[in-house]
Amino acid sequence: MKPALQPAVPGEPSYGAAITWYESTARQRIAGLLDRGSFNEFVGPMQRETSPHLAMFDLPAQFDDGMIVGRGTLDGNAVLVAAQEGRFMGGSFGEVHGAKLTGLLRAARDTQSSAVLILFDTGGVRLQEANAGELAIAEIMRAVYEARLAGVPVIGLVGGRAGCFGGGGLIAACCSALAVSEAGRISVSGPEVIETHRGIEEFDSRDRALVWRTTGGKHRWLCGSAERFVDDSIGAFREAALALLAHHAAAGLDSLLREQARLERRLVRFGDCDDALHIWRAMGAGLPAALPELDYAGFMEQGAPIREASDDAR
Amino acid sequence: MTLDEILQSLFPHGCQLDGHDGILYGQATRTTGDAVQIIGVTNGVAPGVDEAARLSRYLLDVLERGQREPIVVLVDSSSQRMSKRDELLGLNEYLAHLAKCLIYADACGHPTIGLLYGTTAAGAFLATALATRTLVALPGAHPEVMDLPSIARVTKLPIETLEQKAQTNPIFAPGLDNLARTGAVHQIWDPQIPLAPQLESALAAQAAHGGDVRDQLGLQRKGRLKAAHIRASVYRLAADAG
Amino acid sequence: MEHLVYRFNVDRRANGKQLYALVGVVASGDLEVLVERALPDSHCEVIVNTAVRGFADVWEAVVGDFVARRPAGGLRLSVNDGGARPDMVSLRLAQAVASIAEDAR
Repeated sequence: MKPALQPAVPGEPSYGAAITWYESTARQRIAGLLDRGSFNEFVGPMQRETSPHLAMFDLPAQFDDGMIVGRGTLDGNAVLVAAQEGRFMGGSFGEVHGAKLTGLLRAARDTQSSAVLILFDTGGVRLQEANAGELAIAEIMRAVYEARLAGVPVIGLVGGRAGCFGGGGLIAACCSALAVSEAGRISVSGPEVIETHRGIEEFDSRDRALVWRTTGGKHRWLCGSAERFVDDSIGAFREAALALLAHHAAAGLDSLLREQARLERRLVRFGDCDDALHIWRAMGAGLPAALPELDYAGFMEQGAPIREASDDAR
Repeated sequence: MTLDEILQSLFPHGCQLDGHDGILYGQATRTTGDAVQIIGVTNGVAPGVDEAARLSRYLLDVLERGQREPIVVLVDSSSQRMSKRDELLGLNEYLAHLAKCLIYADACGHPTIGLLYGTTAAGAFLATALATRTLVALPGAHPEVMDLPSIARVTKLPIETLEQKAQTNPIFAPGLDNLARTGAVHQIWDPQIPLAPQLESALAAQAAHGGDVRDQLGLQRKGRLKAAHIRASVYRLAADAG
Repeated sequence: MEHLVYRFNVDRRANGKQLYALVGVVASGDLEVLVERALPDSHCEVIVNTAVRGFADVWEAVVGDFVARRPAGGLRLSVNDGGARPDMVSLRLAQAVASIAEDAR
């Protein structure tokens, strides 16, 4: 089999240099995350497996359909990797895009050989292929959990421009563990959709501060919806991925029971709060309004003592 | 068929159901005499964090007892509840947790059958009907990912254009036929004959072959022409010891 | 969608030994260029898929300029266009050729 060569982009900084995760393309994230030169892509752009549906809408295709899958190493450890390109069609799940991730996860389940890293960057289902996208997400949720039941850790990394919305948010919550940066938003219904359905009084989608404190990485980490909060750098995500590979929730009845307890406790503690600021105050934050403005170190210092633990309950 | 008619026809020996505000849970006896567990999101309810947590609590009680009864998931829901509060509290985790309970139930010997008899959409669809191993529907059921006017708004296309494209392509528009063609719905039941034997057939069929076959169904029915092939190609490459 | 194909005889073979490279993303105002060393050394081919109709003459000029300036012999460059401006197209084509010329790691 002809080895796949890792494509180089001139001017691309080397791994760990001052390029943010948020600003990176999916391919740059993979290149920076994995051991140099270790990535071997499956069904890559040369195969030209594009979406058969976009032309009907006069939309351009991308050769990898916005999903890059392959194998590499992370500090010498073999990993299977999937990365979404958030700038193509909002990183949305289409028929081909989703099928690549499904195949990767089922292979991981059946060979039990590697961990899986999923680099989320998605607005959810690609509406032009809505039924295929939704089905793919359902298949992926099942494949993630079955891989975990087979002993394969599935680690999710969230920090891209498109966030982790809709069905992407459900897949993320099926993972063994999540690392999230401040820019990484996770939610089911997008802010605009809530505003359209319930009105601006319910949710002003253009209030960025509101969106970030409701769905952003800081809030998710404080609530225990993500295991790790990381700075917006490829190096930080790499470190977090390694740490989570070493320590994460095992799937099964035990962790599901603990997750049920964790989720019920959240409803009891915070179910009557009407804003993240109230939740953070209830957690014991001295100055909740200051939390969004704090830099990484400052936020970790304030947040670590008060946050809800994820407790390997996932 | 109304929900009561459905329950009567599915479980002629009766069922004991609890719940409130559209959320149902309980059990019944099959015509074989064995027990079956039931959860449901009914009455067009939009499940949010509270509803999902209640249903997963019931499922976990079932799982802890380890009797391996089949689990029937009745679905006539709206989409997930769309509210600031639900997102604030991490709705994605609650919906995923419900799905995981169903997936785990299937993995440890509880056959799961979804019965879609009304509407469902988006995140509610994923957490309930689509998390079962076999999804069946009654004629008149209406699943969707998103309603067509919203798709039109987001894609900035006139709704007439979408309706026209939907005539030749089942890949995006709502409706039972489209979701059956793409492989989401395995079977459409016949409401003119008793449902109990149809349930028994579905359980037997599930026992005969394992695995998630939805992309193969989509290929056979020409609703998803690429998914199964792409999935298989990546699978082969990833599984290769290399 | 418009599908444009340009074929050239060229003097200079593209540098390097890499078999393929990929630059760019199909995002608004951007484009992806998949470049493959797939042709005889004296040939170059540029294939463009674009949803923006009616600019074939602009593409022809940009692509012609690219082929005149860069050593592109032996290359097939396949473009998926997200509605990029000519200067962005020129940049990505140049990056593609530079990428495939880089030493393999």
